[in-house]
Amino acid sequence: MNLHQLTIHEASDLLRRREISSLELTQALFDRIAEVDGRVRSLVTVSTDRALQQAREADQRIEKGEATLLTGIPAVIKDNMCTSGVRTTCSSRMLENFIPPYNATVVERLNAAGMVMLGKANMDEFAMGSSNEHSAFFPTHNPWDLSRVPGGSSGGSCVAVAADETIYSLGSDTGGSIRQPAGFCSVVGFKPTYGRVSRFGLIAFASSLDQIGPITKDVTDCAMVMNTICGHDPKDSTSLPHPVPDYTRSLVPDLKGLRLGVPKDYFIPGMQKGVEDSVHASIKRLEELGAEVEWGEFLPHTRYALAAYYIIAPSEASANLARYDGVKYGFSAQDANSMWDALEKTKQFGFGPEVKRRIMLGTYALSAGYYDAYYLKAQKVRTLIRQEFEQAFEKFDALITPTSPTVPFKIGEKMEDPVQMYLSDICTLPINIAGIPAVSIPAGFVDGLPVGMQIIGKPLGEETLLRIAFAYEQSTNWHSKKPQLES
Amino acid sequence: MKLSREEVKHMALLVHLGLSEDDVERLREQLCNILENFEILQQVDTTNVAPTAHSIALENVLRDDESTPSLTADEVLANAPNREEGYLKVRAVLEQ
Repeated sequence: MNLHQLTIHEASDLLRRREISSLELTQALFDRIAEVDGRVRSLVTVSTDRALQQAREADQRIEKGEATLLTGIPAVIKDNMCTSGVRTTCSSRMLENFIPPYNATVVERLNAAGMVMLGKANMDEFAMGSSNEHSAFFPTHNPWDLSRVPGGSSGGSCVAVAADETIYSLGSDTGGSIRQPAGFCSVVGFKPTYGRVSRFGLIAFASSLDQIGPITKDVTDCAMVMNTICGHDPKDSTSLPHPVPDYTRSLVPDLKGLRLGVPKDYFIPGMQKGVEDSVHASIKRLEELGAEVEWGEFLPHTRYALAAYYIIAPSEASANLARYDGVKYGFSAQDANSMWDALEKTKQFGFGPEVKRRIMLGTYALSAGYYDAYYLKAQKVRTLIRQEFEQAFEKFDALITPTSPTVPFKIGEKMEDPVQMYLSDICTLPINIAGIPAVSIPAGFVDGLPVGMQIIGKPLGEETLLRIAFAYEQSTNWHSKKPQLES
Repeated sequence: MKLSREEVKHMALLVHLGLSEDDVERLREQLCNILENFEILQQVDTTNVAPTAHSIALENVLRDDESTPSLTADEVLANAPNREEGYLKVRAVLEQ
């Protein structure tokens, strides 16, 4: 048995039956990291001593019969979630040496459940990017083809799961940053409804769009992590007060009576034929499983979503990133001749090119004379996009689309053309604009490269999404395919 | 969509972002290209459409004003680049 290949539910069963210990499982994953991370580079920080300590504590807890389903299960956390005492960099020079004095709420919740944290995952700097190439430290490689990107910005989190360097991970999603890399790496990536998971301790990118979610090897694991991380948090005033259901109860392999819409608006010109074919075949499978499927052009404002998103997100980012002044924490330029000079140099050397681009873009959209034409206009278009989804959900229980228009692209391919890079998120960012939930699940391969299918739900419609994802997964074997990384 | 070097420099000044001359030119070109792609929004009729700032409408989220334990000054200042006697040390704000 290869311990590193286990899912949460498999490992959890073995732990409770005392067939393995958390310490053995944790050690197996560190062995796996030592074996493959030199090639995929998914991790910025490996917290070995702490993890081994947590594993010992988990074993004691299991011994006493006080374990939860996640006790003793190793995880990786995206490096934009604060971990008390463990460096949290956002893959930026700005926070390269930042050690948070507190935990993000999601980390608190997972710790309380008995998580063993293996380390922190690489990402695009401040979560701005779709390929992980914008990490200030090093790019992460796609385990299905090392010359290709893993997607982003939660690329490290997705690769760690796909390469079996962890049992599960957390990512964050502002415009597709969980789902697009999940699709590119053939893992399950869930972006919950805005407010379903606390953002406290998540380093802010665009506060009205950011949401944390799980990245797992299968849908059952996804539901198990959701059960732990979802719920109201008094420390996040945008977190939803609604009770959290037991998501594992949604895992029924039957889609009878469900009405699914397929918006043709998402099958954009330029979409790769292989991707389109895979998603068509997957939709057929959903029909065979009992769902009623209807195709139509019911989301016509989709074509404006990219522009609206790339005004709203950078505008919020330009405000959020103003806090990095080199005074309270983070990189601080010392070689300066005045306060203003120090401030300018701190940002010049602390931020990478994509972060600078977005700060400038946001500043432009918010500046006097352009506010109405850009920011306000984008917010109005946001209303129309949201309303369009509301109308669609009067008729459908969920919508099915590709996760991204292409399979993973080559490292370097889109770095010189920001607009081409932004297009990689064309199918995922409307969902953040509307604040609704969506999941990407493995849906096939084109020439050995993964394709993701996105399932979109109504606000707090997580259970329906899990049911569809589970039924599809049970009838296919895409999720059990593994990339060949052994040397 | 045209953007001049001066406009780029002015925006950088607004956010106190230091840029090299090369940065200014590269950003000018890239921002022009991105803004051109945003022109598509002008096709959308948004007459009588209210703006959305947040997708989920929660209003006036309040809590009782109760004090709870917080981080110590040492913990708060642990990441500060320059500190002195329990304070953040900053450069002179007012020039003489």
